[in-house]
Amino acid sequence: MQQDIPGTIIFDGAEAQKGLALNRMCFSFNSAENRAAFLKDEDAYCRKYGLNNDQRAAVKSRNVLKMIEAGGNVYYLAKLAGIFGLNVQDIGAQQTGMTVDEFKSKLLSAGA
Amino acid sequence: MAIIVGGVGTTHVPAIGKAIAEKKHNDPYWKPFFKGFDYVHYWLARTKPDVAVVFYNDHGLNFFLDKLPTFAIGAANEYRSEDEGWGIPVSRPIPGDAGLSWHLINALVADEFDVTMCQEMLIDHAVTIPMALIWPGPAWPIKIVPIEINTVQHPLPSLERCLKLGRSVGRAIESYKQDLRTVIIGTGGLSHQLDGQRAGFINKEFDRLCLDKIVAEPDALTGYSIHDWIKESGSQGVEFLNWMAMRGALTGRVSELNRNYHIPISNTAAATVVYDTESGAARQAA
Repeated sequence: MQQDIPGTIIFDGAEAQKGLALNRMCFSFNSAENRAAFLKDEDAYCRKYGLNNDQRAAVKSRNVLKMIEAGGNVYYLAKLAGIFGLNVQDIGAQQTGMTVDEFKSKLLSAGA
Repeated sequence: MAIIVGGVGTTHVPAIGKAIAEKKHNDPYWKPFFKGFDYVHYWLARTKPDVAVVFYNDHGLNFFLDKLPTFAIGAANEYRSEDEGWGIPVSRPIPGDAGLSWHLINALVADEFDVTMCQEMLIDHAVTIPMALIWPGPAWPIKIVPIEINTVQHPLPSLERCLKLGRSVGRAIESYKQDLRTVIIGTGGLSHQLDGQRAGFINKEFDRLCLDKIVAEPDALTGYSIHDWIKESGSQGVEFLNWMAMRGALTGRVSELNRNYHIPISNTAAATVVYDTESGAARQAA
């Protein structure tokens, strides 16, 4: 049995199966037209992609950790975050409970 | 006959695409990263490759989780990119060498690497950003053969498997009858993690070990499982698989000509390296 890595969910078959609908919706955000449709009517867009209740709640809350728990993969979730103008440092800060400046300082200190 | 002049490894963080578009090369945050390419440009001006074989991982532009190959190879004379959804500029198309692609496909499958063959394949930032960094001019002086490795959906191929894939590609290139000069590129990494409470994880000591070992003892790295790798290098540190494949393709004695390592670029420990092969060095000296 492999030891868990704290704060890390390995995106394996079970996660991928659980998250298929959410990741498919995020994959659709490669298209500007789809991003606009999501912003215009988020409920309808999420329904169209068949998100389950956990996934819908996670998207609604804009909480990345909850989206990952619901099977989201960060490469796809980053496309959703992009709709709100959030980059990987913004979502890094959110997931670690830091301000963006604190998160950036943490990254800088890793190089010191 | 085709020869392999050497290899280049580089990070492919999306934010670099924005920094290039906004010409931030001399900005204090970006300068330590961009200056790592001065040597790459100098070396390419001397080695003059015709084709680049690029090992990279797709981030949900061409492939989705519905049908996800472990290894996929492009077989086209042109590769387009498209909107990836997070606001980085879309690259102009890059010419491909379909003839070399089919030669590699034939050799790889004969060598028991059953790759997915793609006559149409969108390339994402993991190809276009390294290309823009390595060949910053207004026209591409080179063609590419992109080879995609799954780093998204576990199980991922092992480090050993990717090293062997690279070795198979290297042998195949050297059996190609055309007089081509090829360079091998591996993109992504080094240590970083974007997801979870562990987001922002970077491991300088481990990156240094990898950069030291990969030059002359890449097999020493194959003892790490993918799980070990995530622990030491972060969830997305597994992009190092592309580097292992690149290194595998370099034949004969390999030496490191240049290394630039800088923390951070966005959430990532950034590295840029140039490796020489015996045949490349001999050809240069001739």
